[in-house]
Amino acid sequence: MKANVWYGKEKLRVEDVPEPRILNPRDAIIRITSTAICGSDLHIYGGFIPGMLAGDIIGHEFMGEIVEVGPGVQNLKVGDRVVNPFPISCGNCFFCQQRQFSLCENSNPNAWAAERLWGHSPAGLFGYSHMLGGYAGGQAQYARIPFADVGPIKVPDSLTDEQVLFLSDVFPTGYMAAEQCNIQQGDTVAVWGCGPVGLFSIKSALLLGAGRVIAIDRFPDRLRKATEAGAEALDYERVDVLEVLADMTGGRGPDACIDAVGLEGHSHGVFGAYDRVKQSLMLESDRPPSLRQALKACRNGGTVSIPAVYGGFLDKVLFGSIVNRALTVKSGQTHVQRYMGPLLQLIESGKIDPSFIITHTLPLSEAPNAFRMFRDKEDSCIKVVLKPWLEPPTVGADLEGARGQQKTHLH
Amino acid sequence: MPSFDARTLAEGLGWFSVALGAAEILTPGLVRSITGVGRSGTLRSAGVRELATGIGILTQRNPAPWLWSRVVGDVMDLAGLATGMRPSNAGRGRAIFSFAAVAGVMAVDALAAAHFTRHAGHPLVSGVAAPTDLYFETSIATAKSPEECYRFWRNIQNLPRFMESLQSVQQVDERRFHWVAKGSSSSKMEWDCEITEDRPGSALAWRTLDGAQLPNAGSVIFQPAAQGRGTIVRLSIHYSPVGGRLTAALAKLLRQDPQTQVEEDLRRFKQLLETGEIATTHGQPTGRRSMIGRAARRWRLTSSN
Repeated sequence: MKANVWYGKEKLRVEDVPEPRILNPRDAIIRITSTAICGSDLHIYGGFIPGMLAGDIIGHEFMGEIVEVGPGVQNLKVGDRVVNPFPISCGNCFFCQQRQFSLCENSNPNAWAAERLWGHSPAGLFGYSHMLGGYAGGQAQYARIPFADVGPIKVPDSLTDEQVLFLSDVFPTGYMAAEQCNIQQGDTVAVWGCGPVGLFSIKSALLLGAGRVIAIDRFPDRLRKATEAGAEALDYERVDVLEVLADMTGGRGPDACIDAVGLEGHSHGVFGAYDRVKQSLMLESDRPPSLRQALKACRNGGTVSIPAVYGGFLDKVLFGSIVNRALTVKSGQTHVQRYMGPLLQLIESGKIDPSFIITHTLPLSEAPNAFRMFRDKEDSCIKVVLKPWLEPPTVGADLEGARGQQKTHLH
Repeated sequence: MPSFDARTLAEGLGWFSVALGAAEILTPGLVRSITGVGRSGTLRSAGVRELATGIGILTQRNPAPWLWSRVVGDVMDLAGLATGMRPSNAGRGRAIFSFAAVAGVMAVDALAAAHFTRHAGHPLVSGVAAPTDLYFETSIATAKSPEECYRFWRNIQNLPRFMESLQSVQQVDERRFHWVAKGSSSSKMEWDCEITEDRPGSALAWRTLDGAQLPNAGSVIFQPAAQGRGTIVRLSIHYSPVGGRLTAALAKLLRQDPQTQVEEDLRRFKQLLETGEIATTHGQPTGRRSMIGRAARRWRLTSSN
């Protein structure tokens, strides 16, 4: 089968690898019809995620058709159309029983490695380093799904792949980020980063009763999408974010702040240079400009919610702000299984159509180009959906052609 | 486990031995002027004895024999000091004072030695003439009840399912079992072991019988977690290491040491008990692995092929 394989920093190749097979009774094999590139995949692409090995198949947002089930899977059958959540969760352990699926105790066969870095191990994830299980990912034609009786959710044929695919990660991630803000009717919520997670955070915050959402980014297309989603847009290259946020809230600050940027955050000036130097010297693992701002901007007693990925040690993070201003900080990998059902209902009832984030649909064979385009925000790229069974563009037709098709398809 | 205080006391005595030994070897004259007795040669040989004893206490897992050796040394020193208490000795006063001091130290040595002899291992396996050079404890929390955990462990057919280096276990008689480890037929290790404690629903203890290549003893306790939150499974193992301390340290670095292996076995026990299977990625598709990737699999740093 074809799969997108990681061979090192900025080195991806779509190549032929063996097809997956059932290894455990509760496994299933899925034939993937749609898979997406996540913003967090860019951290792997950029070489920021420890524990990757050359030869790893990446990707953790995927859906398709069940083609084989192990004897331990009773609730799925061959032919079912499902969306798969990115954390792998057993459903039996202490955390799964509390519906904290991304903290499953039994799904990371390399738990010892995560324990070395973080003290304890979270759940195994698809295609996200050996420290998080070393599971082959879903940017491929097929994938093996462990604990398939717990993870995948069946989706009705009346909905397109594009409408339900993001139940695998970014929609629940944006939703959980907003839910963690404990939003009261009329609250003001500020969101750093208007990529897919930021955009879903905006939509979710409004669904949960926020009176006002302020979105912060620097790319005009992303800010336009944020405005379309119902937010007021701030371009941090044009205004002083802290000043404007204070001004917009009468000096008090937003009731909740969501950091949807993560460890490759971009910033100018002294701190920007400082972070880049320290990160390149491996004195700092993550660049957190958005988190620094959120901790300063949030109102006294407010909540800072962090759906963004941070991996290790952060520098110059104003912890005193949390203590002296009684902030609540919430984070965590998304407990996707908890949200898939309710969010599918929102999609079915027409309250939200997650396909609004898609800017590009490409064959899987274009994955390496798509990663570069997404990383560099070329061609207004916000979300790429990869089609594993779509033929590569014919000789002569270039990437531009495939993009053109998508744009027609969208509008 | 010996308490922290006993361990600290033993270490203190070890350093005391080292310091005294060094003083006796390097400056016998000074020692003689303080104690009032001793020829340089006698003092130097006593110094060598002290130094060896001190190093023994400080470097060996089980300090008991070395602490007893201190007691024997104390008796020898007291005998030497007694000769200095004769009225003709000019340093008689200093000798009497030193005699009292050494007697006091001997009492402390004897108490420490007795403590480590008594508490050489876990309460469940103490009294077993076990080879207890190395010792470790590890534990894991499971969502199952102590009874379920005990039943799963007591069914010996389950053991090779989660103990990775084990090929089979056969029952010989009511209390004795024959274990076979994985390996080629020429290097295959086998041993007999007997159950020394069996408390249904709460604990098991065992030890290898004479002649085992890897003598060991162990116990597993199924302790109810607070508020009905399942069980804390506590495992303690005593074993004699193959090779010396350096080999053991290297094995630990490469995650090939017994403790690491037992910790991973315990994770598999929990996975099997809770989920019915053991999480793995071995046998899944991958691209071409580099030398690092192949080494990572060989050294079991990842379960992926």
